[in-house]
Amino acid sequence: MAIEKEKLLSMFRTMVRIRRFEERVSSEFKAGNIPGSVHVYIGEEAIASGALAHLRTEDYIVSNHRGHGHLLAKGGDPKRAMAELFAKKTGYCLGKGGSMHIADLDIGMLGAAGIVGSGIPVATGAGLSAVMRGTDQVTACFFGDGASNIGRFHEGINLAAVWCLPVIFICENNLWAVSVPTSCSLAIHDIADRAAGYGIPGVVVDGQDVMAVHEVMGEAVARARNGGGPTLIEAKTYRYHGHFEGDAGTYRPQEEIDAWLKRDPIKLFQEKLLEMKVLTEEKAKEIDEAALAEMDEAVKFALESPFPRPEETLDNVYA
Amino acid sequence: MAQRQISYREAVAEAIIEEMTRDDRVFLMGEDIAVVGGAFGATKGILAAFGEERVMDTPISETAIVGYAVGAAMTGLRPVVEIMRCDWMTICMDEIVNQAAKMRYFTAGRPEMAMVIRTATEGGIGLGAQHSQSFEAWFAHIPGLKVVMPSTPYDVKGLLKSAIRDPNPVIFMEPIILYGTSGPVPKEDYTIPLGQADVKREGKDATIVCWGAVTSRVMNAAKMLADEGIDTEVIDIRTIRPLDIEAILASVRKTGRLVVAHEANKTGGFGAEIVAQVQEKAFDHLDAPIQRVAANDVLIPINRNLELMVLPREEQVIAGVKAVL
Repeated sequence: MAIEKEKLLSMFRTMVRIRRFEERVSSEFKAGNIPGSVHVYIGEEAIASGALAHLRTEDYIVSNHRGHGHLLAKGGDPKRAMAELFAKKTGYCLGKGGSMHIADLDIGMLGAAGIVGSGIPVATGAGLSAVMRGTDQVTACFFGDGASNIGRFHEGINLAAVWCLPVIFICENNLWAVSVPTSCSLAIHDIADRAAGYGIPGVVVDGQDVMAVHEVMGEAVARARNGGGPTLIEAKTYRYHGHFEGDAGTYRPQEEIDAWLKRDPIKLFQEKLLEMKVLTEEKAKEIDEAALAEMDEAVKFALESPFPRPEETLDNVYA
Repeated sequence: MAQRQISYREAVAEAIIEEMTRDDRVFLMGEDIAVVGGAFGATKGILAAFGEERVMDTPISETAIVGYAVGAAMTGLRPVVEIMRCDWMTICMDEIVNQAAKMRYFTAGRPEMAMVIRTATEGGIGLGAQHSQSFEAWFAHIPGLKVVMPSTPYDVKGLLKSAIRDPNPVIFMEPIILYGTSGPVPKEDYTIPLGQADVKREGKDATIVCWGAVTSRVMNAAKMLADEGIDTEVIDIRTIRPLDIEAILASVRKTGRLVVAHEANKTGGFGAEIVAQVQEKAFDHLDAPIQRVAANDVLIPINRNLELMVLPREEQVIAGVKAVL
């Protein structure tokens, strides 16, 4: 089914905004403005942008340690996100959570996570909750290839399948779990094959092709909303940076990196949109400049925001 | 008219039924809790009362059961889940410690993390090394969790109702040996606040602080001591965290002598925390070093006689009290 022009542009804009946000994160991390461990989404933008184009504000997402892109694609505020990365009081978690704990309940973002795979049962719980409350909300759960090897993957997806819950499990297979390649951690080629073990559809998609992601997610969301239960989508992708900022990623062969860089999701989509005459060079430049300016603003906001006060340390431990 | 007597397990079920009637966001999930009413019969009748939409048997997936509860709690429901044995809480420790306990702090206090994890705890009925442990000290160590362990049918009903209404994750520990015990329980709605100790016996010579299954043995010991002319005060803390330290301090200021008794292993047990707090806050009121009465630092043997040797009995409580006099 053809995607309307506005939606195509919106997905493109989301991808560019995520890329520019993450580039600033990377440089601000190098500048020493961001504490802790930070994992950027550069190279994987097509997945969140294509998948979440189907979700409504009240739908849920459960994210992971590489979560900035999921947040922005769900409608998150780059200012509050950047401020949180800077551990400022104006951040999503009041400067106490950091990159791996951003959540925004107003837009259904149930949280990034610092523990691999932990979001999978949480997503099943959100799906159960939607059914119990009689809504047609769906939940999209993002995790990596590494998380597909942890027990929670099995327990979380199994019950979602048994209870036919409206959850879409999206495995962003970027081929590396920190320094361990999937060739050393999986005896199968496609993680999506595991869906058969739960009796649900499993789909492999090119994670660098936003329109392909959009298409498979559309089917999965329709199935979930109509009571057809969960889907496991495996998006083949690549992270351009190391696992975390500061990780040079030297364990990866250069030829592999070069091959993936040639299939940059933003470049591919831009070429496609130009060819489809949905986008012009001028318009693309305009979108990019707007994203750059927006992220400049976000950094400025974060820099100028106050740190939380010491006496706020003990707030929110208990209700 | 004599007050109605019901069992500990019936009191658990009654509390849940009352709270599910009161609030339709409350629901149950766990292994074997629905059709058979729980491995220890504490959820009997609830499926029949509320149906399978709100009372759900799950696969054997302890990790995910707590994870589902976190997701449900974040999105506005109030799950009450059961992990059949406290020993198996080890399987879902990440969900308890790193997810449930931390969500509010991460997220600027936004989600109301109202969830209860019920579990059968402690030993004494010959279930052996992987079905008899009690980890209240582990849970009490985690900011963000509340930890409750009632010792009577009256207390379990009032405290479970409070736990279900509480906006924080609560670890609700039910001593397995107590399920069949009976006591007076009002039929009407009542709650007992979390964090409020109960003076189970007043006395002036020494204070015994306890919780869980050992409480009834402490009460027996107190009677035996009374026959010898020793008048002990027994405080059942009921809630491990938040701890009602003021109730303990008030008693210690009166008696000047303290024994702490619990069924979990002595080393690193929650008794050590109470001892530490009392010496910090009431050192000048103490007339003798504080004694701890707890399980020997071994695993729980399956042999009945050996199990009885490991767990603290009246004899050890009496010896503990005599050591502080």
